[in-house]
Amino acid sequence: MFKYFPHTENDLFAMKAKIGIRNTADLFRDIPENVAFRRDYDIPSAMSEIELRKHLEALAAENKTPIVFSGMGAYDHYNPAIIAQLVNREEFLTAYTPYQPEVAQGTLQYIFEFQSMVAMLSGMEVANASMYDGATATAEAMFMGLAIAKRNKFLVSATVSPFVLDVIKTYAHFRGVEIVMVPMKDGVIDRDELLALIGDDIAGLIVQKPNFYGIIEDYTGIADQLHAKKAILIENNDISTLAVLKTPSDDGADIACGDCQSLGMPLAFGGPYLGYMATKKAYARKLPGRIVGQSFDKNGKRAYVLTLQAREQHIRREKANSNICSNQSLMALYATIYLALMGPDGLKEVNEMAYSGAHYLYDELLKTGKFFVAFEQPFLKEFVVKTSLPPDLIRHALDEAGMFAAVVIDETASGMQMLLNFAVTEKRTKKEIDCLVAVLGGLSC
Amino acid sequence: MLNYDRLVFEQSVKGRKGYSLLNNTYPSKYQMADLGAKLRLKTVPLPELSELDVVRHYTLLSQKNFGVETGFYPLGSCTMKYNPKINEELAALPGFTRIHPLQYPSSIQGTLKIYRYLSEMLSEIVGMDAFTLNPFAGAHGELTGLMIMKQYHLNRQDFKRTKVIVPDAAHGTNPASSAVAGMDIIEIPSTASGLVDIEQLKAVLNDDVAGMMLTNPNTLGIFDRNICEICRLVHEAGGLMYYDGANLNALLGQARPGDMGFDIVHVNLHKTFSTPHGGGGPGSGPVGVKKKLAHLLPGPQVKETDGFCYIETSAESIGRVSGFFGNTLVWIRAYAYILTLGKENIKQVGELATINANYVKESLKDDYLLPIEGPCMHECVFDGLLDKSTNVTTLDIAKRLLDFGYHAPTIYFPLLFHQSIMIEPTETESKQTLDDFIAVMKTVAKEAKEHPDIVKEAPHATLVSRIDEVYAAKKMILTYQDYLEENAKINEVK
Repeated sequence: MFKYFPHTENDLFAMKAKIGIRNTADLFRDIPENVAFRRDYDIPSAMSEIELRKHLEALAAENKTPIVFSGMGAYDHYNPAIIAQLVNREEFLTAYTPYQPEVAQGTLQYIFEFQSMVAMLSGMEVANASMYDGATATAEAMFMGLAIAKRNKFLVSATVSPFVLDVIKTYAHFRGVEIVMVPMKDGVIDRDELLALIGDDIAGLIVQKPNFYGIIEDYTGIADQLHAKKAILIENNDISTLAVLKTPSDDGADIACGDCQSLGMPLAFGGPYLGYMATKKAYARKLPGRIVGQSFDKNGKRAYVLTLQAREQHIRREKANSNICSNQSLMALYATIYLALMGPDGLKEVNEMAYSGAHYLYDELLKTGKFFVAFEQPFLKEFVVKTSLPPDLIRHALDEAGMFAAVVIDETASGMQMLLNFAVTEKRTKKEIDCLVAVLGGLSC
Repeated sequence: MLNYDRLVFEQSVKGRKGYSLLNNTYPSKYQMADLGAKLRLKTVPLPELSELDVVRHYTLLSQKNFGVETGFYPLGSCTMKYNPKINEELAALPGFTRIHPLQYPSSIQGTLKIYRYLSEMLSEIVGMDAFTLNPFAGAHGELTGLMIMKQYHLNRQDFKRTKVIVPDAAHGTNPASSAVAGMDIIEIPSTASGLVDIEQLKAVLNDDVAGMMLTNPNTLGIFDRNICEICRLVHEAGGLMYYDGANLNALLGQARPGDMGFDIVHVNLHKTFSTPHGGGGPGSGPVGVKKKLAHLLPGPQVKETDGFCYIETSAESIGRVSGFFGNTLVWIRAYAYILTLGKENIKQVGELATINANYVKESLKDDYLLPIEGPCMHECVFDGLLDKSTNVTTLDIAKRLLDFGYHAPTIYFPLLFHQSIMIEPTETESKQTLDDFIAVMKTVAKEAKEHPDIVKEAPHATLVSRIDEVYAAKKMILTYQDYLEENAKINEVK
């Protein structure tokens, strides 16, 4: 037999006897003959573990792992060693959704801790057990906003990441939600245009901070303008930055959402990451996804359990506001352990290092005379600059140097100049930045 | 330490530290404090712990959990098979974990090739022509597939097709996904054995039907022998057929949804293809389609010319459903799993899973009520105890199983019966494991007659006993802050 199948000939003989069949084909007699599959799949032959390892290692070697100097939703923060060790414990890794709380207190408790930490970072009152990623969390936040405001039109700032915006648009298109873009001015939302767009038919506005250009926008007063029209504010954040920046709660947001990848999760080509969603307690019953609450067992012992399930698809079916069934539980554990390790000081230091590095890189790039200011706006760890250098030239030079940076985000930003994205995390060193600047500064058209 | 009962916040001691970072060597003029009013006023009240504090806390928490490696996990519809260790190690190779999703294709050929290879293998296994690996989970795959269905009709200017037929026996995600995709649901009653009622189906087929969602084998573990007829009828009415891959495990080596007439399929890699469930995720729900729908798949898409893989999104795509390429490290695990089994072994999965389920079914039918006679496929469903004179419920039985070291089966689903117990043993469990489980199930049935209180009060051997769910819903203690506030209230009263 095969290593994952424990059945011996004797086992099969005895089992068939118990079932009362001679041939296993009898069990599949409901499958019509014309669709019964009678050949081998046209896929490779079984590999031994030795062959499999060689094959996957060869494929992994076809990927280049550069020094990363760009972000745009995926940040190269440090992931402490203990996290992978702990999340790979089989009791966490191979468990299902905690339907039997008596044997799932581990999962339930870390989700409770995760919810608590998301609430602390965002300044909001409640959080759910996590979402797939920041983009889908934002689209789901929009659906939640529709249910709260009972209107069908959403405003989205032009400074929201296009990756997030595309998901919002896809979800909105099929659900029949109207999306209206609010233009930007100097890299931030145009407040005059916004004010003109906030009408009685608007369910809410989606903004992002830091925005797609890395700019820390000032959203003071926007929530009041929306609330005056009974509309809501949804703020998408890179959660790591909330350790130091004014929170969505400070901005008066009704729903906070975004991605937790920046909490030390591997870049991993875009996933698995982790979306989060937090809100005011008054809206807790409108949250999608799983939520864990504290309770007691029969003997008065503190215990945790999935709660407010009457919101969910398995109860409400087509009347549910979301179809989400799972969460990214193991990644929520990842984030929780990371935050427990870093604490208030560590996460602050991470942001301070990123700030210093990003601003040093920014100044050094401008000094080369080949990169120019795109926006005179404050930023934290990510920024954009303009250049006239050809993108292929930049790409080739960085590739040779083992670096990934300067992603082109707008080829026609202003005249012949392109907008390039850079990001710096606490993993980068001054020496690495100097190398990057030397490579880029040495280029000429 | 099984009585360990602290929250991580309660282990915090001011001044402790669990991390180390580089020294800041940048010129001192770069100070984040310059952001001034952009900064938050109060420090985040995160806990402060040493590295060992953190390791021990989460190790102790893990010991309060039950996983597939802890014991038998017969959770119906969830396919809790063994999650091979080698897949964890390979998915964690730095070549896979240290690449940015926006890197240029020439620098990420390894991962892009896996995307292509896995898409091709899944297409062959389910009989489709093209796949996207971007959806994050089964329900997310459903949503993606329904968007494709809707767009297909919109592109043909067939605007009145807004309805999706969903049998009443379907998983709750089916109607929920349809609603989120902006479609109306026509729920049709199933036959007594949970199969599609052909007459009921015919009665609703109309030119406003976009398609039908179906799980086959269905949520009772029974293969619908009229499947070709069902697909023909829906197609003739102008609709598309959607295959919910939740129960695909039964079909490996036996039949392909594409051959039956399905047009769109989602596959749960965390079920059929052995990637770990992770306590509720990350999963992966790739969607496969027939050729005529391939151009509608979500972006970004991975394409190939002369062995070189590149990223592109067709102009007619439904758009993005994920920030990037889905749960990459999950689909790499599934790829490793399929290669380990290979064509020689994968074809046996459905057969062995089915033998296991039928063996359990035959062994328990003298003690538990088998509502539907005849062979099942990968899972079997009982309607509570055979002896209805005890007032022991399915919930009681589930809780009592925990005392014996088993995870409970899926309970109260499907909704067709009042006391559903749904058991899915999977092909990776041995006859010995099943025999032990069967013996325990019989013991519980006997206890229900002789000492019902033992069963009704269960569990007794777990770390916590039954939990007050009403209190949780009423008090809504959802964060540590809530907990502190509630405690303060209680102390005030005292």
